[in-house]
Amino acid sequence: MTPFAYERATDASSAVARVAAHPNAVFLGGGTNLVDHMKLGIAHPQLLVDVTRLPFSKIESLPDGGIRVGAGVRNSDLAADRTVRERYPVLSQALLGGASGQLRNLATTAGNLLQRTRCAYFQDVTVPCNKRTPGSGCSAIDGHNRDHAILGASDQCVAVHPSDMAVALAALDATVVVLGRQGERRISAVDFHRLPGDAAQRDSMLEHGELIVAVELPALPVAAHSVYYKVRDRASYAFALVSVAAALEVRSGRVHDVRIAFGGVAHKPWRARRAEAALRGAPATEEVYGRAADAELADAKVLKHNAFKIPLARNTLRMVLRQLAQGGR
Amino acid sequence: MQMIEPRAMGTPLQRIDGAAKIMGTAPYAFEHRLERPTYLHPVQSTIARGRILKIDTRAAESLEGVIAVITHETAARLASDENKELWVLQSAKVHFRGQFIAAVIAQTPESARAGADRIAVEYEAARHDVSFSGGRKDLYAPKTVNAGYPTDTNQGDAETAFERAEVKVDSTYTTPMEHNSPMEPHTTIAIWESPKLTLYDSTQSVHSVRTTVAKSLGLKVDQVRVVSPYVGGGFGSKGEPHAHNILAALAALRVPGRPVKFALTRQQMFCLAGYRTPTIQRFRLGATRDGRLTSIIHDVVELTSRFKEFAEQTAVPTRLMYASPNRRTRHRLAALDLPKPSWMRAPGETPGMFAGEVAMDELAVACGLDPVELRVRNEPERNPESDNPWGNRHLLECLREGARRFAWSERDPRPRQRSDRGWLIGSGVASSTYPRYVLLGSRATIRCGERGQYTVRIGAADLGTGTWTTLTQIAADALQCPVEAVHLEIGDTEQPNATVAGGSSGISSWGWAIVAAAQELRRLHGARPAAGAEASAQTPKGADDETFAQHSFGAQFAEVRVNTLTGEVRLSRMLGVFSAGRIINPRLARSQLIGGMTMGLSMALHEESVVDERFGHVINHDFAGYHIAANADVTDMDAVWLDEVDDRSTPMGSRGIGEIGIVGAAAAIANAVYHATGTRIRNLPITPDKLVT
Repeated sequence: MTPFAYERATDASSAVARVAAHPNAVFLGGGTNLVDHMKLGIAHPQLLVDVTRLPFSKIESLPDGGIRVGAGVRNSDLAADRTVRERYPVLSQALLGGASGQLRNLATTAGNLLQRTRCAYFQDVTVPCNKRTPGSGCSAIDGHNRDHAILGASDQCVAVHPSDMAVALAALDATVVVLGRQGERRISAVDFHRLPGDAAQRDSMLEHGELIVAVELPALPVAAHSVYYKVRDRASYAFALVSVAAALEVRSGRVHDVRIAFGGVAHKPWRARRAEAALRGAPATEEVYGRAADAELADAKVLKHNAFKIPLARNTLRMVLRQLAQGGR
Repeated sequence: MQMIEPRAMGTPLQRIDGAAKIMGTAPYAFEHRLERPTYLHPVQSTIARGRILKIDTRAAESLEGVIAVITHETAARLASDENKELWVLQSAKVHFRGQFIAAVIAQTPESARAGADRIAVEYEAARHDVSFSGGRKDLYAPKTVNAGYPTDTNQGDAETAFERAEVKVDSTYTTPMEHNSPMEPHTTIAIWESPKLTLYDSTQSVHSVRTTVAKSLGLKVDQVRVVSPYVGGGFGSKGEPHAHNILAALAALRVPGRPVKFALTRQQMFCLAGYRTPTIQRFRLGATRDGRLTSIIHDVVELTSRFKEFAEQTAVPTRLMYASPNRRTRHRLAALDLPKPSWMRAPGETPGMFAGEVAMDELAVACGLDPVELRVRNEPERNPESDNPWGNRHLLECLREGARRFAWSERDPRPRQRSDRGWLIGSGVASSTYPRYVLLGSRATIRCGERGQYTVRIGAADLGTGTWTTLTQIAADALQCPVEAVHLEIGDTEQPNATVAGGSSGISSWGWAIVAAAQELRRLHGARPAAGAEASAQTPKGADDETFAQHSFGAQFAEVRVNTLTGEVRLSRMLGVFSAGRIINPRLARSQLIGGMTMGLSMALHEESVVDERFGHVINHDFAGYHIAANADVTDMDAVWLDEVDDRSTPMGSRGIGEIGIVGAAAAIANAVYHATGTRIRNLPITPDKLVT
């Protein structure tokens, strides 16, 4: 652990200015991932700017019918919010599928988005990892890669994004509101995280010094009929092998509207646009669900230990769509 | 044997230490409040084999808060290299990745850790080999396996009988490397106040830590004191001292008079505190068409560290479980550049009975027999190996009682017949067994106080299992007094010698010493001894130890649900029925047995340490990567026992229960998964990737 300075931010713009001016400064939210990284030697910030006292802890209704979730809203509170549970159940279920009760009490909305991969090689500073030390190599590609990506990976990195919440946000067409030195900008949740390419060290589109201030959800009628299903090695407190966030509306036996994202398959929450396209307007049948899954997974590439993720993703999507079409959760 | 009258024994007395634990006032090793503590953080090798060429400690030494750095060049010399695991910082040699190669002593834990990060090491790496497989050419037969059992046994002509058998099962089962992972990490506070060394330790045996550490450091035994009143789990990994004890002691020598506090991190526990070897087990069963065994062949391959041998006794339960005129068992080892494997809850029985009890299930299917009935047909009248009569074998009663309670007779034997909303449902059964061990060497002292009070002293351990409470109950009955009149003292080498809390032998061995001391007190001082009267006695040898085969038995029944699309397995119901002699405290016993069954569930579905062969260490070395069953995995689980008093085992009528709960549990679950799905998974753990199609 490297000694560091700690400051408590009193307003957002000065927090941004402070971090932006210091190349080794970071924002501190719930600290459930960052502090681990400091202990493990993965992160060596010299300055922590604590943003948990900033006024970002509210969930508000927007004039267009959507909601705005403050960056500092704790995962437990967001999952329990009545509006979220009624209108965006997929989000509430995704949050409750993540971590443990204790961690959810501490973890924030922004921090959840910014948590980093749990790839075992990323977390072990004694082995090479391009995400941790660019150019050092990827230990997972030829290593133990059961948990790793089947979509969108590169020869630099095959890690997956660990967040459940972010998968739901990608399916819901959410927007991440970011404050930088030039003011606010808005990034769609789908584009917020990036694929590894040749810069595996970068998880998201956020620039140094930029602070997430809120996440906005659009008024999305189909979202009221949504579900999150997470397949994992034990019944709680495990990262997804594969997860599916889906919203579906069927009218007269045909898919009227649909939103799908996968977790556990890529470096980012994987919005399944090909599957959505295959479904939209098509009959709501098992065969169509299977074809939609196949369309999305056509480009999947497997590693030595993760080939099971293709049938698992396919089956889980079919199961979720069937459940939604039948009207149950 | 003179049995003691049960008054306190058999009652569900609440934990004597319960309130202190809930209030946080029961001190675990790291929590002892000591003046002017220092903190230790180790440096670990990042190669798996080779030698250290150079260690540069200057950057660490110049860091604020760092008091000293010790390396193999600067640490005090140890006196004995008999136990190579404890030959810490004595040479430049590296035997495994993660080995201690230096340590930083500092004013705070943070500065110790920061110091350790700044130590630069140059190695000469040699090619390491951590590749575990049954096809290795260099597999060898150890002289004996753990607990002194023969490596191989051979009765009749097992190969020929198998070839000629009407029905055959020939399957290979694998269990992965598993780590004990107690909640409390391995922790030592060491203080050197010449000529005395004191260790506050988290251990299953204060006295064995004392003798081992004294020998290692070249001290007299009475120069070392070890204190360990409360322990947050061990599961065998604290059954013997490990390298961290020695490292803390070496550090203490460097800062005389100041306590050195040292707790392993979770990651460090994956290379420095023992583990269960992975196993590859080929099991062959030959039987008549009506399910009578004619041949049993159990061939085990497992691993040991190259620098020190540990050979798990995986095939040992196969030698006694079922009758067969022909039987062969064999253990072979691969010696690898890995840390030393060690004891983990029921070493031998746990992996061995997974393979054996799944093989029996396969045989039941092959014979078209109910698996309970198959076991009934192969019940041996005497111990098949020694030919001794059974001391108290009640396996069939356990199976029958379990079958009754679990409504086994309603089960459709065909696989893949029941489902509920996309989840297949199945049930399975397996037997359990564990030897009755009483270890010799424990001594208890009883001293009469005022008003009929007694002080009972023995250097025993409570791993969280309830020793404080159960020994008090035993002492009360031995002394024929109320439990309130007993003042128990355990967990300190100031108290008389006690053997290890291991092999489910603790309560049997220590309790018997207390009973013997109570009898000695009456012999010396009569029925109403005066205040100040004192007596002491050792655990005696049991009269039936050589003439009777003494083992505990049990039956485990499991019901699982398997998602047809995702391959997720969830345990929906589990029952264990055990025969373990008298149960001293039903409240604590139930907790112990359910704990064992939960660990078996964890073994069946979750636990697996993955060694990356390129680097040589366990790569999933934390609780995000190494899964242990969590609350949501444990649903309707119950443990019951036969009402039984074993008058050959101990004067309390009891046998141990620390381990039997895990034995057979994984097999029952694996058999249930087969029954649910029709797919036989022979490689643990049973994770979704093995079932999804």
